[in-house]
Amino acid sequence: MTDKPPVLDFATDFDHTDPQWVNDPYPIWDELRERCPVAHTDRFGGAWFPATHAGVSAIAKDTENFTSRDVIVHEGRPTEVDLPAPIGLAPPITSDPPFHQIARKLILPAFSPGVVNALEPQIRALCNSLLDDIIAEGVVNASMSYARLIPPSVIREMLGFPEEDMDIFIKCVHVITESIDRPEEERIELFAPVEEYFRSKIEDHMENPRDDLTSFLLNAEINGEKLAVEHVFGTMVLILVAGIDTTWGAIGASLWHLAQHPDDLARLVNEPDLMPVAIEEFLRFYAPVTMARLVKADMDYLGCPMKEYDWILLGFPAANRDPVVFKDADKFIIDRAENRHVAFGLGIHRCIGSNLARLELRVAIEEFIKRYPKFELENKDDVTWAQGQIRGPRNLPLRILS
Amino acid sequence: MKVVIDADLCQGQGRCFSIAPSIFNFDELGNGVVIGDGTLTPETIELARLAQANCPEHAIFIEESS
Repeated sequence: MTDKPPVLDFATDFDHTDPQWVNDPYPIWDELRERCPVAHTDRFGGAWFPATHAGVSAIAKDTENFTSRDVIVHEGRPTEVDLPAPIGLAPPITSDPPFHQIARKLILPAFSPGVVNALEPQIRALCNSLLDDIIAEGVVNASMSYARLIPPSVIREMLGFPEEDMDIFIKCVHVITESIDRPEEERIELFAPVEEYFRSKIEDHMENPRDDLTSFLLNAEINGEKLAVEHVFGTMVLILVAGIDTTWGAIGASLWHLAQHPDDLARLVNEPDLMPVAIEEFLRFYAPVTMARLVKADMDYLGCPMKEYDWILLGFPAANRDPVVFKDADKFIIDRAENRHVAFGLGIHRCIGSNLARLELRVAIEEFIKRYPKFELENKDDVTWAQGQIRGPRNLPLRILS
Repeated sequence: MKVVIDADLCQGQGRCFSIAPSIFNFDELGNGVVIGDGTLTPETIELARLAQANCPEHAIFIEESS
């Protein structure tokens, strides 16, 4: 990462990788909503950031004026390689209509509540085995030793990749998630071994089909034709990028909250039926995912002079804190009954893995607080947050209390 | 009174069938569907309203019967 000048005014020069935004973005968004509801920056080759629910909602639903062909804001303008229309690098998240609907319908059944809910016992067993491995003498890094390890294991199993590949699989996940905003040449170089590993697994599945997501993708057809291997690989990359850091962030942020709010922790321990409602408030308050769009052509939009290929940083977490839509938006209310949060996005790109994410988040918290009904932050200053479009604690030292 | 889901607006956020599984179910794509003809009773109206108030896509409508 190159050294960038610090941000002096987030309304005219915002940067979501600036330490202030990374550590605590909420006061920045509150101020923008009051002062300048659509912020701009010349960084990243030009980008806009709507801080209100109305602005986020309008752009998320507007596929006429905005394209999804690249959803990670990076330095400079996207190149043609970033934009292989209509499929995009990772369909369907990087696809636009009409191809988007075709690619999405194809994989929706694999993530429907019926299919996903069947994974609950397996996820519960996984959480317990991770908790068994933690030596809870005093301090536990609940992010690195627990939250981080849950999503990759679930997804590896869904894809039907062998358990003994767990280390190489996690390495691949890190390459993918950490290289996604790197310059193109660097990314291609970093991706090479990952692509090789995935191709070997894809080939293995072609020779020995079985009942898993990889075989499902290989068997899927569009207009009577099997998907191109690039499409299968792209969708696998999407599932890894979208399904791992995100849920890791949500689990970690929820535990971070509970560590600092003993009343909320006690309520969840004593009222397990409250969990589904509480999960939605965790998702609203600590929504981990910010998406992006590209402006299709020069236009005035929301009163802003947008240029072709300007980025839109699409802040669902900021929309979730908008007091116009949420009463006491800045308060975490564990039994909030009405909660139209948009943690999983809005419109046609609603997170395909939302049912899985909810399940993992709920089971991970349930099992953690069952094992450790009392804990607190060891040291607030030791907590570090992920930089980029996926927010969550990376270092989360919790002191287990008796 | 009847509850309906606008299938063009529904994106499968999954809130309705989690909150009110007696009123809503999901289809094979994970989109919300109303169970039966959606007629609400005095006992189910509040639950339907709660589901409506939690739909991020504003896809749930409660129609007064004529």
